Formats: sequence, structure tokens, C-alpha cells
Amino acid sequence: MTDTVLTVPLHRLAHGRTGDKGNRSNISVIAWHPALWDVLVDQVTEEAVARQFAERRPSQVTRHVLPKLQAMNFVLDGVLDGGVNDALNVDSHGKALSFLLLDLPVQVPAALVQHLAGPR
Amino acid sequence: MANHSPLLVGCAAGFSGDRTDAAAPVVQALVDSGRPAVLIFETLAERTLALAQLARRGNPEAGYEPLLDDLLRPVLAQCLRHGVRIVSNFGAANPHGAALRIQQLARELGARRPRVAVVHGDDLSGPEHRALLAQALGADMPTQPIVSANAYIGAQPIADALRAGADIVVCGRVADPSLVVGPALAHYGWQLDDWDRLARATMAGHLLECGAQVTGGYFADPGYKDVAGLACLGYPIAEIDADGHCSITKPAGTGGRVDERTVKEQLLYELHDPAAYLTPDVVADITGAHVAQAGTDRVRLDGVRGHARTPTLKVNVCFESGWFAEGEISYAGARAEARARLAGEVLRERLAGVAPLRIDLIGVASVFGDDAGRWLAAQAPGDARDVRLRVALQHTEHASAQRLVREVTALYCCGPAGGGGVRTAMRPRLGTVSCLVPRAAVTTGFTLLD
Repeated sequence: MTDTVLTVPLHRLAHGRTGDKGNRSNISVIAWHPALWDVLVDQVTEEAVARQFAERRPSQVTRHVLPKLQAMNFVLDGVLDGGVNDALNVDSHGKALSFLLLDLPVQVPAALVQHLAGPR
Repeated sequence: MANHSPLLVGCAAGFSGDRTDAAAPVVQALVDSGRPAVLIFETLAERTLALAQLARRGNPEAGYEPLLDDLLRPVLAQCLRHGVRIVSNFGAANPHGAALRIQQLARELGARRPRVAVVHGDDLSGPEHRALLAQALGADMPTQPIVSANAYIGAQPIADALRAGADIVVCGRVADPSLVVGPALAHYGWQLDDWDRLARATMAGHLLECGAQVTGGYFADPGYKDVAGLACLGYPIAEIDADGHCSITKPAGTGGRVDERTVKEQLLYELHDPAAYLTPDVVADITGAHVAQAGTDRVRLDGVRGHARTPTLKVNVCFESGWFAEGEISYAGARAEARARLAGEVLRERLAGVAPLRIDLIGVASVFGDDAGRWLAAQAPGDARDVRLRVALQHTEHASAQRLVREVTALYCCGPAGGGGVRTAMRPRLGTVSCLVPRAAVTTGFTLLD
């Protein structure tokens, strides 16, 4: 049984918040539980995040890892259609984008399910 | 003069438009503590200063935070009575005007006459600074009229004003964390190259600068992150020790929560490289930072380091960049999504050649999508029964932008069946460019009003 792997959205493993400066968005990904940290580091990579934001055409995705905070900070360049003064998006700051990142599918070993947030 | 009793800094606003009833519980907690205390209001986002400059054009006495009275009236007399000093960027484009209004407000309240200091040096919008901006911006120098140009200045003039005895320090554009670093500098008498302490106080300021975003605001997610009392959030108070370390709390009896999760989200908010958070005062490094619960609604931040500040200051320049137009219309019931999509196609055909048109189907796909419509195109048409079509474009010419408003309105009679609830808006557009200028090009200081 312990070999079973579940696919769950990232929001079961982490929470986060979006900030913006100009045409650059930053999104934090903060582990709900220390036991989930290694899964996050392994799977929530720059490549995976760039794929999740493919339609936004990021010019660069940079991941900063902060083990002491059990958190990662993603910096996504060029994803805000110019930012708050230029974008036509109803959310021109991109404030909702943390929830796009938190939809990323993640594979979780069954043994860690007890540490996931949300419905069992 | 150095003073080693711990300093409390409360924050009662995190942006222009924040709740104006936040200050009273914060001030009460500061007074009850019996400790040296400062109240800050952070009311300037990237665009706010440009809007304030436009307001000042229409009325030379305007240009400061429009809600200044609402923010200060409930607490000004109490702060003056108990020695809680006030530091804020609510001066916006007219700090001197704000200072005069504060003196008048104190008279109206029957409070003692406050010593009000005005910090200057940030405003680079005058013609004498044009050459500096042109040099720093190079090819990015706007060809359109410049509305505002402000350097993000640091904590030193704030600290100097407090040392000179100011009860209230009114700033325009200062770096948000400097609103906290200034009082800490004045209180503890740190050296201006005491990088670790400056960095710690900077991160305390960073945690406070968005008000309730560290005390449970902008955090709630039912079933995952529950927050009690969102309707009566307590705003944050930082207790800053002589080494700059801080603990974040909130007033007793208020809503919200302060825990490791709320603090971590705010610590990383609008931060890029965690090894180099750049401010005018210092380069802060949080790669070794950790947060720990230190009691109910009390979190301590440790492990912040600092490095020498950079030789330049950031300048934001806002300029007139034309017009933004948007319109919406709703469809409901059977085939609502198909009718909304058809309306979008009609608008695209009618507005072809005017400007790139953004199309959203609110209720189906609107927020995550890109302006070019790649996201929307990737969503297979469905059968949503409650859909609001929303379109937007921008154009340098008012009349061209207004074409969108007319075409959306015309959908009432010419569009698909059952469209209702048309709303349209036209707004002047402000563009922003940023650059770095040498510190020596920006002369900062303060003036105490008579």
C-alpha cells in the first residue's frame, strides 16, 4: 500500500501568495507540513512552473529555495502582459496567479496523505 | 540619543483605500503597553503618486492621501496626548499640504499643537530633474507628458525629523520599510552602516507595510486557511528589540490571526531574490531567516542578515499613456456561454483594426488568461449558464478607445439574444518606467513646520 502514489493539486501540499512589481510576478509556495517539503522541492521545479504558466509566456522562471522557512519563492518574468499599468486583464496585478500555481498536479506517496491539507 | 527600551511600531494602513477604523485598537494597544511607540500608515502603491499629482493639478491644496482625515481623526488627539509618534507616506504628491491639514485637524480636535515634519527630496517631477531622468532612462524616457517622478528615499530624513522632536513625520515617496527603519534608527541610535540591524528592522517594516496582510488579511481560504473575524481584523504591531529583531502581534480583542503561516506569506510578498531585498537603507538577506510562534497571535522573526546598501536609488516615472476602455454584458440560461462567445466574436469583427481586443468570459475563463487570448482559446467551449462577457482595449486616442464602449452598448439591440446588464468604463491610462539614479543626485531632508 505504501507504494501507492496519488496525484493531488499543489494546494493540498502548500499555500502561497502572489506579489507583483511591474511585469514580474512572485509567488510563494509554503509547505503545509515539514514531511511534504522534499516532494515540493523534487516536483515544483522551475520547469514545472513554466509549463503551468505556458499561456502566459514567461521569459524566465526562477526558483529560490528557503529550507528554514519550508518555503520556495518563484519569480516569473514577463507574465503580467506589462503589469498593472499596461495589462488588459481584469486582475492586472495578477493577484490570483498563486491559485493557478497551486493547481499544479503533484504526485504524493500514500504514506504522506495524512499530512495533506483539505478533505481526506 | 540611544534608547534601549523596546520600540513598538503599529501599522494602521497598508494601502490607499484601506480600512480607516484600524488605527483605534492599534493605538489603544500601543498606549496600554506604556512603551515608546510609533504609529505608521502606508498609503502609497506604485500608481498612487501619479494619481495624487493629477489631483494636485486640479487643486493645488490637494495631492495628499484623500482619506487623511478619516485615518487620523479617530486617533490624532490620543497619539499626541500619549506621545505615540506618527510616521507616514500619506503626504503623497503634497506632503506640505498634508502637514497643514494635520495642524488644522489638531485644532479642530482641541488637541495640542503638533510638531509636524515634512520630508522632502523624493519628488523629481520638476523640470530641473528632467535631464537626470533622461540620462537614467535612456531609450525608456517617455515621449508622452510625465505625470510623476519619485525616488524611493530611505529612513535617514525620517530618523532625523524624529530626533529633532517631530510628533508627526509626513513623507511622500519613501521605501515602505523605511517608515519603520526611521523610527528604529532614531530610537536606538544605530549607525547607518549597521547592516544587520538595519536589515532586521527593514524586514519588520516589510511585514508591517501591508497592514492586515500579516494578521490574517488576504489569507483566508475556507476549509484550508480559516480566519476568524475577517470583518474586524486587528492590524499589526511589531516589537523591535535593540538588535532589530522583531515579534509581530496584534491588538487584543480584534479579529484575524498571527501565526507562522500568515507571517511567511507576508515575508515573501513582493520579494524577489531572498538573498538581496533591495531598499534605500540596506540589502536585506532572509536566506537564513526563520519564524517561530512565541505565544498566541505572536510570531518572532530571527536570522535576517544585512549587506551594504547599493549606490543608487530607484525612481518610478509615471506618464500619460492614453485611454483604457472596457465593457461587460451578461448572458444566462440555456446556451448562455455560446451566446456570450458569439457576442465576443461580433465585437472582435466590429473592432478589428482599432487595437488588440481582450475577451473574457467571466464565469468560464477570465482571470488566469493572457491578453492575447491563448488561455481562452485552449478552453473547450462548454455549456455554462451564467456568463458575463468582458472586453477591454487601450488606445492613445480617446475617440478610438471609445469605439469599444459604443460597440458593447450596441449589443443590446444588435447582439445575441438575451444580453443584459451592460456596463462600460473609460479611464485615462498611466504608464510607468523605472530607473536607478546615483544617490548624490537626490538631496533629502526635512522641514519642521512653524
